[in-house]
Amino acid sequence: MAKVVAVTGNEAVANALRQVNPDVCGIYPITPQTDMMQRYASFISNGKVDTEAILVESEHSSMSACIGASAAGGRVVTATSSQGLALMWEMLHIASGDRLPIIMPVVNRALSAPLNIHGDHSDAMGARDTGWIQIWSENGQEAYDNTIQAFRIGEHMDIRLPVMVCMDGFIISHSIERLEYLEDAAVKDFVGPFKNLFPLLDLEKPKSYGPLILTDLYHEYKRAQHEVMMKVKDVVLDVAKDFEKLSGRKYGLFEAYRLEDADIAVVILNSAAGTTKDVVDELRDKGVKAGLLKPRLFRPFPYEEMAEALKNTKAVCVMDRSDSFGGYGPLFMEVSSALYQMKNRPALINKIYGLGGRDYLPSHGEMVFNELAEIAAGGKIRACKEYIGVRE
Amino acid sequence: MATGLTLKELSKKEDLFTHGHRMCAGCGAPTIVKMALMATEYPVIAANATGCLEVSSCISEYTAWKIPWIHTAFENAAATLSGVETMYRSLKKQGKIDKEVKFIAFGGDGGTYDIGFQSLSGAMERGHDMIYICYDNGAYMNTGIQRSSATPLGADTTTCPAGSCVPGKLRPRKNLTKIMAEHNIPFAAQASPSHWMDLMKKVKKAHEMPGAKFINIISPCNRGWRSKTNDAITLARTAVNTCYWPLYEIENGVTKITFTPKEKLPVVDFLKPQGRFKHLFEQGNEWLLKAMQEEVDREWAKLQAAEKCGC
Repeated sequence: MAKVVAVTGNEAVANALRQVNPDVCGIYPITPQTDMMQRYASFISNGKVDTEAILVESEHSSMSACIGASAAGGRVVTATSSQGLALMWEMLHIASGDRLPIIMPVVNRALSAPLNIHGDHSDAMGARDTGWIQIWSENGQEAYDNTIQAFRIGEHMDIRLPVMVCMDGFIISHSIERLEYLEDAAVKDFVGPFKNLFPLLDLEKPKSYGPLILTDLYHEYKRAQHEVMMKVKDVVLDVAKDFEKLSGRKYGLFEAYRLEDADIAVVILNSAAGTTKDVVDELRDKGVKAGLLKPRLFRPFPYEEMAEALKNTKAVCVMDRSDSFGGYGPLFMEVSSALYQMKNRPALINKIYGLGGRDYLPSHGEMVFNELAEIAAGGKIRACKEYIGVRE
Repeated sequence: MATGLTLKELSKKEDLFTHGHRMCAGCGAPTIVKMALMATEYPVIAANATGCLEVSSCISEYTAWKIPWIHTAFENAAATLSGVETMYRSLKKQGKIDKEVKFIAFGGDGGTYDIGFQSLSGAMERGHDMIYICYDNGAYMNTGIQRSSATPLGADTTTCPAGSCVPGKLRPRKNLTKIMAEHNIPFAAQASPSHWMDLMKKVKKAHEMPGAKFINIISPCNRGWRSKTNDAITLARTAVNTCYWPLYEIENGVTKITFTPKEKLPVVDFLKPQGRFKHLFEQGNEWLLKAMQEEVDREWAKLQAAEKCGC
């Protein structure tokens, strides 16, 4: 039976990893992830897992070692945040290009400069085009559940891609929440044994990983990566169905919250979605048809499904906790691409909020919905991109 | 495991690094790789840093490697192989694999002395059961002869070209073999393809010792050294005989010179046949030749003293 606990997001994810019991784990400290891998190291030291840790000297080496370990043949995990993910950037492409199903919780944190250890999404958004599957989590429960599901998704024999499971630094990683843990045996059974594909340790049939491929085949190789990404959505939904049977918790490509008949809606990732849901409830009590869409799968991005979910809205605000300076927020760009394909599309605005852990308050959400209501009623769009909660 | 390191026995062995690779004619690296892979009977898995050896040996669907091989990037052959070795250890501990397997990383001096220095240091300090072999040709040869921290004093490279104001590289080489030995690893050594028996004995011995081992091997590059295509082994031998590249090993902290030249030749014998040092023989650059000889003499004396004191 499920066990109800009060734990932090980091502790929950460390426990998910313990229940999966991977063969190799790359460990390197970085705030706010440190605490997760510290807990995992203690599982190793106390014989709770069979994992061999590699206590690397940098995140670049961590991802390099994870790639070597995964190519050798076995289940591999690591975790990181912010600068650590940025330092891994080169190797992220190689992990996905080599089709290695490494699982990596990313505890989202702002990028330097200026130095800031708090939560925003700049790190994972910077890794958007690295060929990794990205799954985002609102709270500790989702981070725990998504971590367990990530193994089934990434390791699926039709997929074989690395997966990042994102959760907000400090807000989720360090806050204690009520959580339901699955039984160890149930997780083990759900994830199943690791299936090898072209392991280096197969000495009878030697494999070469990482050849030089120039103009003859590189283009085809990259198209193949896109094609496999396009199969991910179905696998995510299948795994979610199985997970629901096990846990009773329902997951999709995104969460549509009171969106069905909504006139105005906010699209928002991770923990701030929780705050915004309260605002939606309050507005609904007042008779305002407000709704919310919280993306879960960001790569691959479910363009058609999202357009379908937003088709009846009149005005939508995409809220980004990261920025593309001189451009729109990265989530906005995706949603706008999704909506462009529709004949009758809602008005669309972009707000940048919460950079470097700046508080996102219910009043911010209210302000956004008020603006959307005006736009929906025929009001002019003041500015397509604006910063909220910012000091002037 | 018994390995007959005799020509007769070796001639019966299969080349694990085969013909068909696209290294330049007269390059030292493929010879070094062949020797290293022949030196043991154990199955070996190799990692390769980006560089000449890597880009020329596994292209599209062709590979010259008859063993499992992995290349990921430039600066991380040691980290990558440490992952492979850790997975092997994990699976062995769990009873999922029972074979004895050995691990070798190959990197050039750019990928080892410079950009891969941290990754190498980390892997050596962690003590992964592997050998890291640096084939040291003294510059970034793959990208076109740029200066590295292994480039010798005075050498002409494309990023420290010998010109009318600057006579080539103004700094001596980094002593990487000693730096690696200072990681308290069980075995660090220098070898040369000219002394094949010495080279193979070192690789064989290193494989049989648990932990992280480092072997630095001089690898003549006729393109970068501006030397004759058929001079690779001769130049490697001259490097040894001038004590520019002494052959030694540091086993558990104890230094042993494994070959002492009968007559220590002047370093100019090594420099003269190479176009990259041509300018050193021009008027006004005598000080560089002198500095070069002094560096070689000083390092050789230090090595002899280390052997003598048993440290």
